[in-house]
Amino acid sequence: MSTIVPAVAPPVVEEERPILKGRAPAPRWNRVAIGFLAPAAIFVGIFIVYPVIATIIRSFFNRTGETFVGVDNYFKVFTDSRTLHAIQNNIIWLLVFPVAVTGFGVMFAVLLERVPYRLVVRTILFTPMAVSLLASGVIWRIMYQQSPETGAMNAVIASVANAITHPGHYQGARPSQPDLMQPAGDGYQMSQTVAPGDVVHMGFIGFPVSEIPANAQDAKDPSSQSGRIVGVVWRDFIPGGGGQVGQVEPGKKGLPDMTVQLVDSKGSVAAQTQSDTAGDFSFASTSTGPYHVVLPAQNFHPPFGGVQWLGSSLVTPAIILAAIWVWVGFATVTIGAGLATISRDLLEAARVDGATELQVFRRVTVPLLSPLLIVVFITLVINVLKIFDLVYTIAPGSVIPDANVIALQLYLVAFTGLGDFGIGSAIAVFLFLLVIPVMAANIRRFQGEG
Amino acid sequence: MSSSRLGPVLSVAVLVSLLAACGGSSTSSSKPLAGKKVEVAAVWVKDEQKNFEAVLKAFSDKTGATATFTSTGDAIGTVLGSRLASNNPPDVAVLPQPGLLHDLAVKGSLKELDSATADIVSQNYAPVWKDLGTVNGKFYGVWYKASNKSTVWYNVSAFKNAGVSAPKSLTDLSQVFSTLSASGVKPVSVGGADGWTLTDWFENAYLNLAGRDNYVKLTTHTIKWTDQTVKDTLKALAQVLQDKYVYGGLSGALQTDFPTSVSNIAGNPPKAAIVYEGDFVEGVLKDTAHLTPVTDFNFFPFPGTTGPSTSVMGGGDVAVRLTDNAAGAELVKYLASPEAFQIWGAKGGITSANKKVDVSIYPDPLAKATASALANAQAFVFDMSDQAPAAFGATKGSGEWADLQAWLRNPNNIDAACAQLEKDAAAAYGS
Repeated sequence: MSTIVPAVAPPVVEEERPILKGRAPAPRWNRVAIGFLAPAAIFVGIFIVYPVIATIIRSFFNRTGETFVGVDNYFKVFTDSRTLHAIQNNIIWLLVFPVAVTGFGVMFAVLLERVPYRLVVRTILFTPMAVSLLASGVIWRIMYQQSPETGAMNAVIASVANAITHPGHYQGARPSQPDLMQPAGDGYQMSQTVAPGDVVHMGFIGFPVSEIPANAQDAKDPSSQSGRIVGVVWRDFIPGGGGQVGQVEPGKKGLPDMTVQLVDSKGSVAAQTQSDTAGDFSFASTSTGPYHVVLPAQNFHPPFGGVQWLGSSLVTPAIILAAIWVWVGFATVTIGAGLATISRDLLEAARVDGATELQVFRRVTVPLLSPLLIVVFITLVINVLKIFDLVYTIAPGSVIPDANVIALQLYLVAFTGLGDFGIGSAIAVFLFLLVIPVMAANIRRFQGEG
Repeated sequence: MSSSRLGPVLSVAVLVSLLAACGGSSTSSSKPLAGKKVEVAAVWVKDEQKNFEAVLKAFSDKTGATATFTSTGDAIGTVLGSRLASNNPPDVAVLPQPGLLHDLAVKGSLKELDSATADIVSQNYAPVWKDLGTVNGKFYGVWYKASNKSTVWYNVSAFKNAGVSAPKSLTDLSQVFSTLSASGVKPVSVGGADGWTLTDWFENAYLNLAGRDNYVKLTTHTIKWTDQTVKDTLKALAQVLQDKYVYGGLSGALQTDFPTSVSNIAGNPPKAAIVYEGDFVEGVLKDTAHLTPVTDFNFFPFPGTTGPSTSVMGGGDVAVRLTDNAAGAELVKYLASPEAFQIWGAKGGITSANKKVDVSIYPDPLAKATASALANAQAFVFDMSDQAPAAFGATKGSGEWADLQAWLRNPNNIDAACAQLEKDAAAAYGS
């Protein structure tokens, strides 16, 4: 960042040019200079130049490194569907991430100009940069868990969703005799219509005994009453097994507080009641029917089950969001530093000339910041090309093919499984080629400005 | 006179007795390897390392050789590879996979074991274990540690509540799932986010449905993954692993990692009644979830097609020699003996395929049961995915792991799953 700050200050730029020109004559290679350069040159040679060359050479050999295979590895890279999917994901990252982070960075930086304690806020925004990416990944993976019990994101959504749609008493319950009852929306109704004098039996299974209110009694079979439609809803399962399906028997609890509706042939609700502690319900009927006995969906509403953030469709956006969280502090702090160097006079002059705040921002602030914005943007582009840690830690194994990126594919191919260093090297060279134009542009910028 | 004649006799007698004493002391120590050194490398860390070091200590006490342990962590293949390249391999290594044994043997990095060791292994182990230590007719490895991966774990109170008992066959299992579901608990939790749990499900089902011979053929890819036996197995599994039976549904299972799938059967009430994985699940339930074996949780052998299965699928760790050091040979021979195992076995967390190991040494009844199922299995097969090229059988996000995960997303799409499995297998096996 120390190289970035002077780059945005126009006066400094003007002053440095003569110095650059002064350096222009060919440097004299005396022994002292070589002596001073040697350690750095050796370091760069061993740790950068040699590995790059070795990787390029390695990419033309097979897995064992014994046979020269020409461009076969590159052919494999660009025909493998997993690698292609990784490249596709990298393109998504490239389109979304640098723009989003730079955008948020500008927004936060400009807004922070106007708040007290901006240093504190800026530090807080910057904190994620100080956390290891691996740790960030683990934190976000837990935050994204599907179960609202463990995943913070879903816990927030669940608290809202469950307030809007109350979970029903009997979540997950289903008829014990599916041939007698049919689904009606998210609830159930008797397949046969009923008329006064009929007795309705609605047995349910598939839900834990803990969902039954404590005051529930054993279900009892109601007897037919003339002019009334009576029935029972009960848990058709004796803890520990035994009994016969469809029978109201000792040990089977009635289901209290079940909402039961009588729906006429036109589909409108003629009457509604709640079952009692033994699961019994009863309707006085004025007409002969026929009626449908319906248990509406509100009895069975499951609680909010959680958004599957890490499923195959949402996993890449979810990881990008985590990456934005990590990097936005960097952009904010860097751009904030740039903003501080912009002369207040220019902004004031624009305001005096009648520019609105938006105009000041678009016509004065952004153009003055643009060299810095480009540096931030390029840094982010380079980082997004080599993104690895967050994808590796956040994506569960089952969605790695969906979340895959180039650097992760490199790792998977070269260091896990068969350990194919040939194809791995080819991917590394490809990644290197992708970064080179960006680096070249960056270097040209530095030279042009320095 | 007499005294002067006795003199030499006495002195000879003293000399003889002295010599005898000397000889006696050197034979009674019987430590032929005194002063020798032997280095052992294995993946074990922490408690496992400590337990194995106790075994090495017993070896040192017995033979006089100084045995040192080097932990390689998970990357034992890489560590051994670089040490072999620099001509400085450990004398003995304990490898966690037969595939690694095979690779090293083919490269010529392993030393053949002597006939005395081979005889001990033949006496103490079922023949399958000697075969698993043999490459191209040469005997290289002693299986010190073994694991039983044909164990299905269940929550006892969930079973009691539903009134079901341990199923014996796959048909029983379907019935048990249906009853458990009616009782209000999800029958099974699957750790599908980790691909290896799915390969283990498949391997057990395949072993029982298609038999040991086909299992071995599929392992070496001499039959294709598009074979009818594979399709039938996936069809049978699709019957069991139905969306309505799996905790969180099938898409939820693909988000569930292995530790979570185990803790799902540990609650009160549990989220799911059954979880399938190897004998190491017991340790997780006991130590992490603090459940009591037998009263809180129990296991049943992976059910056979029509009745109880006598086939066991599992894994193990094999001791091999990498140098000509005689102390190394002695150590590998020692590791084939029941006494070498019992030191660690009594501390728990390990099972042996050694028939001579007394099962009473295992610290709890479930460990005894899993170990005796292992030692008495009529057919034992090694984890198939562990034997496959790692690109197919052991890579996150590709090969068999990814293909079975894709299958679990849509279990009835069997032909497509088999085609993809065959494509990836063909690429990895190079055939």
